[in-house]
Amino acid sequence: MRGPTIIKAEDDKTRSLNKHTLMAFSGEAGDTIQFADYIQANVQLYTMRNDTELSTPAVGNFIRGELARSLRSRSPYTVNLLLGGVDPATEKPHLYWIDYLASLAPVPYAAHGYAQYYCLSLLDKHHNPNISLEEGMKLLEMCTDELKRRLPIDYKGVLVKVVTKDGVKEVDFDNDRIARAA
Amino acid sequence: MSRRYDSRTTIFSPEGRLYQVEYALEAISHAGTALGILAKDGIVLAAERKVTSKLLEQDTSAEKLYTINDNMICAVAGMNADANILINYARQNAQRYLITYNEDIPCEQLVRRLCDLKQGYTQHGGLRPFGVSFIYAGWDHLRQFQLYQSNPSGNYGGWKATSVGANNASAQSLLKQDYKEDQTLQEACAMAVKVLSKTMDSTKLSSEKIEFATVGKTQDGKIYHHLWTADEIDALLRDQGLAKVDDEPEAGDIK
Repeated sequence: MRGPTIIKAEDDKTRSLNKHTLMAFSGEAGDTIQFADYIQANVQLYTMRNDTELSTPAVGNFIRGELARSLRSRSPYTVNLLLGGVDPATEKPHLYWIDYLASLAPVPYAAHGYAQYYCLSLLDKHHNPNISLEEGMKLLEMCTDELKRRLPIDYKGVLVKVVTKDGVKEVDFDNDRIARAA
Repeated sequence: MSRRYDSRTTIFSPEGRLYQVEYALEAISHAGTALGILAKDGIVLAAERKVTSKLLEQDTSAEKLYTINDNMICAVAGMNADANILINYARQNAQRYLITYNEDIPCEQLVRRLCDLKQGYTQHGGLRPFGVSFIYAGWDHLRQFQLYQSNPSGNYGGWKATSVGANNASAQSLLKQDYKEDQTLQEACAMAVKVLSKTMDSTKLSSEKIEFATVGKTQDGKIYHHLWTADEIDALLRDQGLAKVDDEPEAGDIK
């Protein structure tokens, strides 16, 4: 979306960094792709050079460092990110909330942009530390229903990707479901 | 004209050798022995400290064993001044990795970075290569406990037990003879002093002549590295029956 014009509704705003790490981004139109590609290339370069993959916390810290460097340059990137990954050895999942001011926070759930004003209260209420993937998908549906109800302009749906120990996969998500007025 | 292929570090001799690198290796083979042994629950590094003069103030700190970061240590054989430059480089690199990724650098990566620097001096001429070999001991989550050795040519390799410096050939064969798969750190320490006692000139050892360091895991699973104090070394020597008896004068002692 740019101003009042919709350019592309089903734009994929994620990048896979390695087999088990996924990054989602939003922000200034050109910056997002440029920065995401830069991070993706560097993480893949590391994998090639060292025959090992960076862990999700390591990638998070690397991104934070790059954003902090950019922030203090003449033309900083205006990009907000979410970073998700599963450590294949321990099967421990990680989620990081990163913003253009180079904050890095490990969180149980997160949102960027307008979505956070509508979703965080729902997540606060319904999330628990032992939540399963299935329950998580239900909770996501509650969130998108809320967006459908409350976003003042036409809502175009979401693209859903899941990271497990087996890797990143896109899942079907019913964006045409009608949300009843609560 | 026999020096034709010697003077530049980067020129191959007709037999395809780099003489300056071989001279550096030769210099190292006169330095005090250093050895490392990998055990199932840790690694031990031991080094011979050459006592050059009775008048020289004895360094209380280690001069051949250095910590590189929280989970890696190394032993040096060769020119100490050269080693200081490389140790400094290694420490900086380890910290730089830590600041970018907030994780400790994997051992092999650090060894490789050092070796890339060493290799540079065998290809870009004008300077001499570093006259030092290293034995590295460390732990990382990729390969657990690991032991590496590197030399002035920039080659490195992983070992179960290895040695550098004077008499390293005989030390190596002793290690090969006595090495047991999945021995404990304690057994490895005993083996280390045994090998050192046989390769060093003097028969009776003391904490003044050797340095010791171990990498291991604490009960709660944290990695530690420890440079042994003189008392700890003497205790180990007594246990192994290799300690110097005080009233027994040594050859060269002033009577």
